[in-house]
Amino acid sequence: MKRITVTVNGVTHEAEVEERELLVYFLREGLGLTGTNVGCDTSSCGTCTIHLDGESVKSCTLLAVQADGAEITTIEGLATNGELHPMQAAFQEHHGLQCGYCTPGMIMAATSLLKENPSPSEDDIRHGLEGNLCRCTGYHNIVKAVAAVANG
Amino acid sequence: MSTSGTRVLPLGRIGESVLRADGRPKVRGEFAYASDLGADRMLWGATLRSPHPSARIRGIDITRALTLSGVHAVLTHADVPGRTTYGMEISDQPVLAIDRVRYEGEPVAIVAADHPETARRAIERIVVDYLPEDPLTDPERAIMPGAPRLHPGGNLLRRVTIRHGDPGATAEVVVRGEYAVGMQDQAFLGPEAALAVPAEDGGIDLHVATQWLHVDQGQVAACLGLPPSLTRLHLSGVGGAFGGREDLSMQVHVAMLALHTGRPVKMVYSREESFFGHVHRHPARMEYEHGADRDGRLVYVRARVVLDGGAYASSSTAVVANAATFACGPYDVPNAEVEAIVTYTNNPPCGAMRGFGAVQVAFGHESQMDRLAAELALDPIEIRLRNALATGMRLPTGQLVDGPAPVRELLEGLRDMPLPPDVVPVDPREFPGGVSNSTHGEGTRRGVGVAVGFKNIAFAEGFDDYSTARVRISRDDGGPLVEIHTAAAEVGQGLETVLAQIARTELSLERVRVLPADTQVGSAGSTSASRQTWMTGGAVQLACARLRERLHEAIDGPIEETAVYRHRPTQALDPDTGQGDSLVALAFAAHRAVCDVDVELGIVRAVEIATTQDVGRVMNPLALEGQIHGGIAQGLGLALMEEIQMEEGRVRNASFTDYLMPTVLDMPQVRMRISETPHPHAPYGLNGVGEMPTIASTPAIVAAVRDASGRPLTRVPLRPSDIAGV
Repeated sequence: MKRITVTVNGVTHEAEVEERELLVYFLREGLGLTGTNVGCDTSSCGTCTIHLDGESVKSCTLLAVQADGAEITTIEGLATNGELHPMQAAFQEHHGLQCGYCTPGMIMAATSLLKENPSPSEDDIRHGLEGNLCRCTGYHNIVKAVAAVANG
Repeated sequence: MSTSGTRVLPLGRIGESVLRADGRPKVRGEFAYASDLGADRMLWGATLRSPHPSARIRGIDITRALTLSGVHAVLTHADVPGRTTYGMEISDQPVLAIDRVRYEGEPVAIVAADHPETARRAIERIVVDYLPEDPLTDPERAIMPGAPRLHPGGNLLRRVTIRHGDPGATAEVVVRGEYAVGMQDQAFLGPEAALAVPAEDGGIDLHVATQWLHVDQGQVAACLGLPPSLTRLHLSGVGGAFGGREDLSMQVHVAMLALHTGRPVKMVYSREESFFGHVHRHPARMEYEHGADRDGRLVYVRARVVLDGGAYASSSTAVVANAATFACGPYDVPNAEVEAIVTYTNNPPCGAMRGFGAVQVAFGHESQMDRLAAELALDPIEIRLRNALATGMRLPTGQLVDGPAPVRELLEGLRDMPLPPDVVPVDPREFPGGVSNSTHGEGTRRGVGVAVGFKNIAFAEGFDDYSTARVRISRDDGGPLVEIHTAAAEVGQGLETVLAQIARTELSLERVRVLPADTQVGSAGSTSASRQTWMTGGAVQLACARLRERLHEAIDGPIEETAVYRHRPTQALDPDTGQGDSLVALAFAAHRAVCDVDVELGIVRAVEIATTQDVGRVMNPLALEGQIHGGIAQGLGLALMEEIQMEEGRVRNASFTDYLMPTVLDMPQVRMRISETPHPHAPYGLNGVGEMPTIASTPAIVAAVRDASGRPLTRVPLRPSDIAGV
């Protein structure tokens, strides 16, 4: 076991974790933040995407101990005072989801994409979201949602 | 129809683009999927699965698993309290393997422990004495003399024969073809999960992601030896389904562990386990012969379809009936002779997946129509127009098509849609295969292909198909409140939203709440066969219509109505001739695919899909568009990449690293034109929507790749070597 300190959605947690525990399970089981989903266990699907020190990462590819000292934002930390983040609102407005399982990861990847490139072309959006699978929507409404936020 | 420019309403009536009822919790990460559930004193379950596709079991030693600290139960077939087998149509699948295993991944033992890792370690300590046998993996060899019998009744699960018209019909122009379809996976993103909570009354509360609560309830109750009233199922959040959640997976296992330990037990499959935990789309082999006159009018179709049912029956007997019924395509076929069989093998069990038997044969009949067009030097749309099925004609089953069958209109609509500009990509990211394309786009050719797909809506062959809705109107500080209670599974398609739209439309009340689905109300039937908006929508409409008559009573207190909706009855198919009015309704879609194909590398980039689809009545434009996009993505997947690869009964690619499916970069642009021919037998004239895009897109894409490459391409998913001809 190893002691780690992480700040998740603005709250600092100290916890004992097993060295081999994946970050996504620490978030889900350790902190009860089940908005971050597990879809594949092989870093293929992106449902577990979070922000770690401002960068989007697949939280199944990191060990919890690697997040020691880091600042993490999960889907639960995106809305402020009950107000949806513009990306969350856009996914709802543009029907960028059906079953919704990919949605938290997709939204986290999309917000990170816009931070790196505030005015992406449609192609840029597609290339930016290539690491996130969706099985329901055929992606078009997801791309529309991201473009709507980018274009204000 | 386009939703761009359509105002999206937070609340709304039918025909309007309405925000999803579950959209807000889903974008906030607050929507509780089955994998998110928890309870005090909860244990974790795990499953030991067979490493062999076929083996006898001589003994199971659980001693070393039981002695592991933290383990609370290790159960085998001997611990199944009730019926030891289950199955939707044929109860042939053991809850836990008894004396033999029939496919790789078959559950053999289950464990409950205080931590998921402990449960997994305990699984590894169970010793099973297997005597492996050679697996039977060829569905045709399965019914040849000398093949090992996998089940007492033999290996033929069902044969459907359809004889229509003159069996000796001859024609001037004859084209033949053999086609094959690989095993596709539903690959819903949320792996199977459930939480079972033992109740004080000796019963069980099972929270599970499923498509049909009541068919689960019946099977779970029988296997637990409990009355259905004590076997209460609750729908938890469902992370996609597409047919893969129609059969039981862990339902009985997790309930057995909970009853045995007296504690809540949760099970969550990993992605690898999910590949073994649900049925797949049947692989198919098809032989076709089409005869036509010199004008391209069909004289006859002869087809033989072989489906690999895998180790257990699942819904195979219904899938094979669909394959036979739709084998000739949406065309006027005066003489038809179709034989479709499904057999048991030691491959994974196959069952429902979006398109359900119609997908496989659509690849066959549409490939044949293109061969016929080529033979006669006719345009692919023209050959289809000359044979288009229409209202008033008869299907090969003899059934009169009495609902809309606008095949001609859909094809003409498709022909009128503009083609995308034929520009040679300059940006290497747009080459087939992207920047790693080593021919730098020099080998790229553009191809165009069309296809029509069709399928029935709701259940067939005399099945008593119904749905139940309980609707209540009460009053609180916010005014009148409508509550809808059904057992219908929202799996992401947007059912809850459309049910609320229906209630608002019928009652002219704005505040509508859809309660969680469970078995405390009558069955809604399955969320499958593109049927829920029609069936449960019909039940909600009926209950609301009755309440409307009683609205004056609502002043005095809550009023409530429970309504059961049934579609018109259907008939069994005659076992010898395959004749009968077996279907409720048909739905159609036509697709035109434009693909850029690197003919040297064998890589495809789908550029655009244009589609015309008749939906009867648009209930929610935004949701409709999403269903069509998603259906196309899965059809594209089957055409170009998705296949569970089998080798001697073993799955070679049980992961998302190796089972490829479309990413956002693979998805073509979609151009759609929706028509609304009211269906006379349906509520609001609506029709089913979800499956048709998946059926037509696969053959359209393959036709486009054939057009570009000049290769025959008789198997999906296409392989680069087939396209490049190496």
